[in-house]
Amino acid sequence: MLNGKTAVVTGGSRGIGKAIVLKLASLGADVAVLCAGRLDAAEAVCAECVERCGVKAKAYCCDVSDFEKAKQTVLAIKAEFGTVHILVNNAGITRDGLAAMMKEEDFDAVLDTNLKGAFNMIRHCVGMLIRNRSGCIINITSVAGLTGNAGQCNYAASKAGLIGLTKSIAKELAPRGIRCNAVAPGFIDTEMTESQTDNPLLAAIPLGRMGTTEEVAEAVAYLAEASYVTGEVLRVDGGIAM
Amino acid sequence: MLLETIAKIIAERTDCDPAEVKPESTFVELGIDSLDTVELLMSLEDELGMEIELDQKVETVGELIAFIEKKQQA
Repeated sequence: MLNGKTAVVTGGSRGIGKAIVLKLASLGADVAVLCAGRLDAAEAVCAECVERCGVKAKAYCCDVSDFEKAKQTVLAIKAEFGTVHILVNNAGITRDGLAAMMKEEDFDAVLDTNLKGAFNMIRHCVGMLIRNRSGCIINITSVAGLTGNAGQCNYAASKAGLIGLTKSIAKELAPRGIRCNAVAPGFIDTEMTESQTDNPLLAAIPLGRMGTTEEVAEAVAYLAEASYVTGEVLRVDGGIAM
Repeated sequence: MLLETIAKIIAERTDCDPAEVKPESTFVELGIDSLDTVELLMSLEDELGMEIELDQKVETVGELIAFIEKKQQA
């Protein structure tokens, strides 16, 4: 159980992030929900947490790719919740296209949110975790970061980068009792994968179906409490990246 | 005064005599690794009531004092 713990989830207003927020709240964690755009959607997720789980929940509008904005948001969370025990870097975007035709800005935008955004949040939260001499960071990467995916060179690069970030942070902070792991979802049924519905890889999923957001959230909940697991990349992909 | 505060925090952490902490002491000599330095700064933030964002490497107690004094003047 996560009673008395505070979890920060980026990109928590919808999709996988929303499922993670609801799962952690159901285990008793107070939740700070970050979203870049629709604050009303994040507030609705918070309201559901309060109503269903009786935990504290608050929504914050924050583009995690903005170093200073991330800092201000973490300070606001610290003022509201006191400290942070669990950080879930879930915020991610796609700007798919073949490398031969990709605009520079589409490459940068994806790296900035998916990879630098995670660094920014870690950078600003890590002081609290070090001080607590415990805590856990979970980065949501992707099987695209493990195997690559045609048409997603920017996304796959950002997600592979997250794996390097995860393992480095795990090594840096292990002496302070802080764990850092990653979850690598495969094809999960969300708005983000709508563009992938005719991807021939879908037919190659050994378990024969797309995954649900709840199934990814289960993995996050496991890692949140897996006290002897750090530096791990846990695939939740129906076996596609075996 | 900054030296005394730093010496007190380091002494609590490493069980040394605060008098052993001098401006020329390196953190390595004092048994303080780079992650300890981060914690030391956070304790100092509490003691001094100011925000200290360390964006450079400091190797000695004197360098840390100079860094904080510069921040205090800014």
